[in-house]
Amino acid sequence: MDMRVNPKAKAQLVLVGNGMAGVRALEELLKLAPDLYEITVFGSEPHPNYNRILLSPVLAGEQTLDEIVLNDWAWYRDNGITLHAGCTVTHIDRVRRVVMARDAQGQVVETNYDRLVLATGSHPFMLPVPGKDLPGVLAYRDIADTQAMIEAAARHRHAVVIGGGLLGLEAANGLMKRGMDVTVVHVAPWLMERQLDETAGRLLQQSLQGRGMQFLMGAQTEALIGEDRVRLVRFKDGRETPADLVVMAVGIRPNTALAEAAGLHVNRGIVVSDTLQTVTDPRIYAVGECAAHRGVAYGLVAPLFEQGKVLANHLAEFGIGRYTGSQTSTKLKVTGIDLFSAGDFMGGDGTETIVMSDPGAGIYKKLVLKNEQLVGACLYGDTVDGSWYFKLLREGRNVSDLRDRLMFGEHFSTSAIGDVGHQGQSKAAAMADTDEVCGCNGVNKGSICKAIRDKGLFTLDEVRKHTKASASCGSCTGLVEQILMATAGGDYSATPQLKAICACTEHSHQAVRDAIRDQHWTTRAEVFAGLGWRSADGCATCRPAINYYLISTWPQEARDDPQSRFVNERMHANIQKDGTYSVVPRMWGGETTAAELRRIADVVDKYQIPTVKVTGGQRIDLLGVKKEDLPAVWRDIGMPSGHAYAKALRTVKTCVGSEWCRMGTQDSTQLGKDLERAMWRMYAPHKVKFAVSGCPRNCAEAGIKDVGIVGVDSGWEVYVAGNGGIKTEVAQFLVKLKTADEVMEHTGAFMQLYRLEGWYLERTVHYVARVGLDHIKRRIVDDAEGRRALWAQLQAALEGEPDPWFEHQAAAVDTRQYIPIRPVPASHAEGSAA
Amino acid sequence: MNASTPDWIAVCAVDDIPVLGSRTVPRAQGLDVALFRTADDQVFALLDRCPHKGGPLSQGIVFGQRVACPLHNWTIGLGDGQAQAPDEGCTPRFAVHVLDGQVLLNAHELATLGLNLSRPMAGPVRRTAHCPSTTQP
Repeated sequence: MDMRVNPKAKAQLVLVGNGMAGVRALEELLKLAPDLYEITVFGSEPHPNYNRILLSPVLAGEQTLDEIVLNDWAWYRDNGITLHAGCTVTHIDRVRRVVMARDAQGQVVETNYDRLVLATGSHPFMLPVPGKDLPGVLAYRDIADTQAMIEAAARHRHAVVIGGGLLGLEAANGLMKRGMDVTVVHVAPWLMERQLDETAGRLLQQSLQGRGMQFLMGAQTEALIGEDRVRLVRFKDGRETPADLVVMAVGIRPNTALAEAAGLHVNRGIVVSDTLQTVTDPRIYAVGECAAHRGVAYGLVAPLFEQGKVLANHLAEFGIGRYTGSQTSTKLKVTGIDLFSAGDFMGGDGTETIVMSDPGAGIYKKLVLKNEQLVGACLYGDTVDGSWYFKLLREGRNVSDLRDRLMFGEHFSTSAIGDVGHQGQSKAAAMADTDEVCGCNGVNKGSICKAIRDKGLFTLDEVRKHTKASASCGSCTGLVEQILMATAGGDYSATPQLKAICACTEHSHQAVRDAIRDQHWTTRAEVFAGLGWRSADGCATCRPAINYYLISTWPQEARDDPQSRFVNERMHANIQKDGTYSVVPRMWGGETTAAELRRIADVVDKYQIPTVKVTGGQRIDLLGVKKEDLPAVWRDIGMPSGHAYAKALRTVKTCVGSEWCRMGTQDSTQLGKDLERAMWRMYAPHKVKFAVSGCPRNCAEAGIKDVGIVGVDSGWEVYVAGNGGIKTEVAQFLVKLKTADEVMEHTGAFMQLYRLEGWYLERTVHYVARVGLDHIKRRIVDDAEGRRALWAQLQAALEGEPDPWFEHQAAAVDTRQYIPIRPVPASHAEGSAA
Repeated sequence: MNASTPDWIAVCAVDDIPVLGSRTVPRAQGLDVALFRTADDQVFALLDRCPHKGGPLSQGIVFGQRVACPLHNWTIGLGDGQAQAPDEGCTPRFAVHVLDGQVLLNAHELATLGLNLSRPMAGPVRRTAHCPSTTQP
């Protein structure tokens, strides 16, 4: 035996359980710290890690076993992982830190651990009835069960599935597809009572009966009868039904025997903390279905993956990940049956329900509300809006403004015009593989399905990363989610309760904003240190957000960091696809002069600018300006920056107004110019556009602007949070005012509120949807003192704010970026003075 | 200096490059070379062209030893020019020597690497090159 001590011995990590949760945690760990551990994996099944959710399509003959393998043998080998497949761990010695296992031949394997992860999953609960050990009586949990069912289906006729829950119905459907006569036995009065209310449960039963499935409801199994094989199921009320195959799907129990024997605290699962460490022994972790976190043992895949991330973070010794629980929703994986449920779908004391029922069309929808928030949803037959309802539910958004339309779904509730970019499609199932799903990135349905299958994707983020579908404007997110549900299995859609800004941190936008304000942080370094950022310089997602939060919260104190700005805001021009830039000079209120036009024309000639175009916001755009020409172009034009490149006030669009127009009631051009002069150079969470119309004919299209102002004979109407982009949204009425000065004060106060409360890259439409129009009215309309204070704050913040086109130093513009480096040729290096 | 030794050219001082920023070095032929400076003052050089759609990497946000392309946010490794998975692609990298605060590039690489790569065209289509109706050369 080699007795030398390896000076760089790696710590030993042992994973017990070769299933989805444990292996996913390893994958996350390998991404973070590939060389930290010597990893050993034990799995009872003689298979590599496979997608257990897809056993139902395998049983139904829609997929093969090979197709559902997630990590093949080579993956373990390539990552240096020792895999003992078909080897069951029998004992944990916590004092010596050793696990003992036995393989199929009875050979004992022993492995030391420094850290141990238990991912033992769960096991099916078998009803303690006579005959439960007869041949032909199965559970439905793993590949062996699935294969046994497929074999039984080939030779036998009568199948009885005990349990009308999610798993039981999927098993029954698969066996029926394989030609068996299937009876589902269920003790409760309706199917899937943990996910559906009675009406939806009955609709589901009718639909399955229509396909030939038979049901015995409220039946309690007394005994399974047979000699060499099960032949009959007898119930307590005396009924009997023939059975050559009995599948028990009455529930699962966390697999905790091993942990209990090792003296770990178990209560409905192995009890773990927010870092997934067992409360008994911090060297031992538990993840997945066997773990009980805050009293909940999750059985769906998405929460397990969230846990895996946190576990990996802790194993990698970053130690800053926390798992705080997940909300889950359910979808049945039976082809052709659409059902969805989430949250408190039954309702009860203190809740109200909105119900739509159309039994003829097989459609039923129920929404449960409490305190003006959506707390539960149960959909049958039409689940297109499931992900939208789930989003409302998760965010706890006040839905009082949508209430009368809520039932009709996202399209009807949030916009009469709706999303663009995917041909108005709203049902992924009806789309052909060649149909385009994501109009921004040109991704069709077929390539999304293929990526999900080939690369084993489970979450929306993964699909976005791999295919770019819904990664740009996001308007096709609902469709992509539907495709994900249909392809990867239904139970993907659970999410952590708070979304982190990016992978560099656990903290949400709101938490970072609050900390910057409360701690009076004025530099990125303070934020990163104070909140435990995982990366030294952050990334391209968090750096611009934090830079904005710092300069908007502490104007005149925090220094703008150009290297944390996106290209356009760093260059102060809009980058084009060939690497040239466009330049949009500011024209107050859209008015210009002959002198300005002459200068623009001269610049176009002098710098050979290929395209001159009038923009949607009534400005002139010069396209194709070379990077090195930018400073000279600005200087020669001699007009202020139009900020067309920035998350800032872009344009104030105006109509001609009472100055000229025979219909005009108010001087809209003047008000537009005044607003633009007062608020230009104002950075915001996202771009901001205003419009002012002089009469209700609204030629300036004020109805789709962040702030839209419409003159009427008696004064001005102010509308906020409109949007003309991806999702066309009509602005909402805020207030009617008498004078232009009042309009200025209200607009400025609203902008300052948005600057202080908006999340980075959140347009006003999304900001107002999040906080509610009532909140805006309270702060801007009702609270006169607060409004004046906000307006004064904004004016103070803009005081002395430089024009980046002319005051380079003050605006932190690094002018070196416009100048290419001209290296001195080597042969002339000496003695040449350039 | 003879032809067999690597011909290193001093292009600029390290301090000429902004921290977490970039500068570009034009070449006689081919696209510019982008120089990047990390937070700990390491200097890297890549062809100024994202393998995805040809975006100028010099205009991206630099973090760690990576840069995010300004056009579609692909992340490219500064050390190897590789796109970060799951994206696939690679941009040519150039050897960098730093001597006494000066950044040196290899003349041979400058003259030979990535000459066939170009940027996407933008703007109005110009048909002057092969217009069939013109008889003049």
